[in-house]
Amino acid sequence: MPKVSMTVNGKAVSAEAEGRTLLSSYLREGLGLTGTHVGCDTSQCGACVVHVDGKAVKSCTMFAAEAEGAEVTTIEGMAAPDGTLNAIQQAFQDHHGLQCGFCTPGMVMSAAALLEENPTPTEAEVRHYLEGNICRCTGYHNIVKAILAASGQDVSGIAAE
Amino acid sequence: MPKDGGIGASTKRREDVRFLTGQGNYTDDINIAGQAYVHFLRSDMAHGRINAIDTAAAAAMPGVVRIFTGADFEGIGGLPCGWQVTDRFGEPMQEPAHPVLAQGKVRHVGDPIAAVVAETPEQARDAAEAIVVDITELPAVVDMRAALAEGATKVHDDLKSNLCYDWGFVEDNREAVDAAIKGAHHVTTLELVNNRLVANPMEPRVAVGDYNRATDEHTLYTTSQNPHVIRLLMGAFVLGIPEHKLRVVAPDVGGGFGSKIFHYAEEAFCTFAAKACNRPVKWTASRSEAFITDAHGRDHVTKIELALDEEGNFLALRTETLANMGAYLSTFAPSVPTWLHGTLMAGNYKTPLIYVNVKAVFTNTVPVDAYRGAGRPEATYQLERVIDKAARELGMDPIALRRKNFVTEFPYATPVAVEYDTGDYVATMDKLEEIADIAGFADRWEKSQDDGKLRGLGVNCYIEACGIAPSNLVGQLGARAGLYDAATVRVNATGSISVMVGAHSHGQGHETSFPQVVAEMIGIDPSQVEIVHGDSSKIPFGMGTYGSRSIAVCGSAMVRATEKIINKAKKIAAHLMEASEADIELKDGQFTVAGTDKSVAWGDVTLAAYVPHNYPLEEIEPGLEETAFYDPANFTYPAGAYACEVEVDPETGKVTICSFAAADDFGNIINPMIVDGQVHGGIGQGIGQALLENAVYDENGQLLSGSYMDYAMPRADDVPFYVVDHSCQTPCTHNPLGVKGCGEAGAIGSPPAVVNAVIDALQRAGKDVSHIDMPLTPARVWAAMNG
Ligand code: FES
Ligand code: FES
Repeated sequence: MPKVSMTVNGKAVSAEAEGRTLLSSYLREGLGLTGTHVGCDTSQCGACVVHVDGKAVKSCTMFAAEAEGAEVTTIEGMAAPDGTLNAIQQAFQDHHGLQCGFCTPGMVMSAAALLEENPTPTEAEVRHYLEGNICRCTGYHNIVKAILAASGQDVSGIAAE
Repeated sequence: MPKDGGIGASTKRREDVRFLTGQGNYTDDINIAGQAYVHFLRSDMAHGRINAIDTAAAAAMPGVVRIFTGADFEGIGGLPCGWQVTDRFGEPMQEPAHPVLAQGKVRHVGDPIAAVVAETPEQARDAAEAIVVDITELPAVVDMRAALAEGATKVHDDLKSNLCYDWGFVEDNREAVDAAIKGAHHVTTLELVNNRLVANPMEPRVAVGDYNRATDEHTLYTTSQNPHVIRLLMGAFVLGIPEHKLRVVAPDVGGGFGSKIFHYAEEAFCTFAAKACNRPVKWTASRSEAFITDAHGRDHVTKIELALDEEGNFLALRTETLANMGAYLSTFAPSVPTWLHGTLMAGNYKTPLIYVNVKAVFTNTVPVDAYRGAGRPEATYQLERVIDKAARELGMDPIALRRKNFVTEFPYATPVAVEYDTGDYVATMDKLEEIADIAGFADRWEKSQDDGKLRGLGVNCYIEACGIAPSNLVGQLGARAGLYDAATVRVNATGSISVMVGAHSHGQGHETSFPQVVAEMIGIDPSQVEIVHGDSSKIPFGMGTYGSRSIAVCGSAMVRATEKIINKAKKIAAHLMEASEADIELKDGQFTVAGTDKSVAWGDVTLAAYVPHNYPLEEIEPGLEETAFYDPANFTYPAGAYACEVEVDPETGKVTICSFAAADDFGNIINPMIVDGQVHGGIGQGIGQALLENAVYDENGQLLSGSYMDYAMPRADDVPFYVVDHSCQTPCTHNPLGVKGCGEAGAIGSPPAVVNAVIDALQRAGKDVSHIDMPLTPARVWAAMNG
């Protein structure tokens, strides 16, 4: 099997991949980075979102070979090296933005991409941006709230937490 | 104010750190050296007779380890049903066999015909495609009424018909209810469909079977809400493996909502195949596979009649339901439309006479079982819809009509066999009117009017029976299991504590909330307490998490075990301080002798228990570890009132949820932040049912909405911020924490509020529309408006 090489979370990596190997499988099975989740087979749920060269990408929708040479960031690369959560991760914990945690890696990666593009989004912009990320647990309330909080906006007026 | 991290504190969740950093350990993250992968060849037709299966070509494909068919499972038990319903004539329900792999017939799209075990998932899949199945297609039975018609094709040839049972409740009330309805001043009738749903936890199901030939031990890693239930059902009824040789582990589980309660064929298969192939065997469902193999929910067709007098007092209620069981009986399926539905038909109201009839029907569709709320949403929806309709017919305010009929004295024995211990439905309705600003609706309606939108307000109440339940009672009702739970509290020598619990956390945050209780009882920091769950080899025999039962049942067991710990620790402390045990007090982690300044710390006592040098060995054993099993005396009865405001676009029929408010009474609360989250999630799912979700079969039994392209899951922009409140608290009287449970309330209480709001919007706009079946898609609403 051919090898595919890229940089993942700042480290040069290389693993075997068939032509049909998806980036999500490459990360999960090839590299053991199981934080990237697979929740569907129609590119709808967003549990698999990672960043490829700075852009949020559904890793189930891209072949590993297409990411040859790319800079990839996964959920495992979001916290500081000493384990300190980044602002988005911390906001998710502070505002109870996750329950079962399965959608969470994709949510955090999407939220990071959103705030990169639009540092102070409105509620409507957050909800719209998350169109491609499904969460079955939270009813989205605390996810949206966490992302608004991570952007530095005051969320104390938003009903109960 | 609650103490830091104690009962009542919104403690942040400790489990979040691993989930937020990608360090969760979900079943699909588990890979065992040497594992093979299974791919199931599934029926693509809804009903067919298998004539022959030719696996020769497939077996020769690269990487194939072994191919299994139904023949390999002859003489092995089928998947058992855990609840036997007795029909209204005193006869047991019809109970078909449910083989692990199809034998003779396939009965729904997705029914497994063969299983290929191979070196890689791709090889297994490729080989499955090379299996040749000679199959004669039979007419599919999809519609429930057609299934019950004379001469209908039978889903199970060896059963008398497609009728699983005809259940009447309370059968002795039947005639009195008929008479009351006949003689009533007003009768409101409503026919409705409770739409079929797919639970859709975001983590698809996974099973990994492992077998150790040297020790004859089996291990199954599985996405389950209740590993001990799976061990019992699979070990005892399917594979004949004694419990001490079978370990079932449910690690981090990515949501369940009921669909991961049940024992599924793939679990039995992977366990069986691991021994047969003598290597680990892994199965990971694709989402498409999940749609056609996870048990579905709801799917009731109902006619409900409410009789009222001139003043609007409820006199009698009669309801007839057809409940879809699908092709086989899933683990708890028969209980859902009966005991979890009929017993809730009194709702929050003092209707004196109630009769519930349910006919459960086999069809060539995926089995239907409990989905968040399970029977209670079906009861609440029909009741709260018919009350709304009655109010409109009588020209009464829907809130006033509800208030007029509220149960106000507790305990209250309903005419449907349950007794509500506590509640205050007036208080939750008052609270709802406040938080939803019902008084301000007229102004908001005007504003929407100016924007060219039709605004509506929908209100409803709900009650649920949670904390399932007293074992002796459910045994009488047909449960084939006990429904207690268990906890072991293991205090370590230096005072830290491990609590092994039967409940399973798959989003509920037990790892955070359960320690809050133990920490409060002892007066130590919650960080000193950890929860162990999900591994049958580590935890006592408990029944797992469903029916909003974790804190009410397992939490109670944990309290009882902790009480035993404290009692023993006080004995040790008395010895250490040379005092009488009766004088020992425990506060803030310090044992003191009443009326003196003597004290010893928690850690001194725990150390003494494990290093018993100065210890009353003749009176008590060393060590500090206790187990309690807790079997509740009754269900718990959370209740509340919900309000939804919508805007309907008159051009397109699109419904927008403008606001949603929920006032719940959950009794005492351990972690308000987590409780809010549970309610949010339930409301999200309820809005999904009301507006978006529908599992649709065509007449051939093909699931038309079998992926996220067609099955509309609620997304972030389908829902608003919710306003939730649980300050109305009438503590449960029969469990030690006074808790009622909160996991399902949102999903139970929200669909009628949404539908009531849409009907209200249309009627305010002068449309003669009294009902639209869920989901209220733009097409349906538009058709109703323009019909
Ligand atoms: S797994 Fe990639 S979108 Fe669902
Ligand atoms: S937290 Fe469970 S799916 Fe989002």
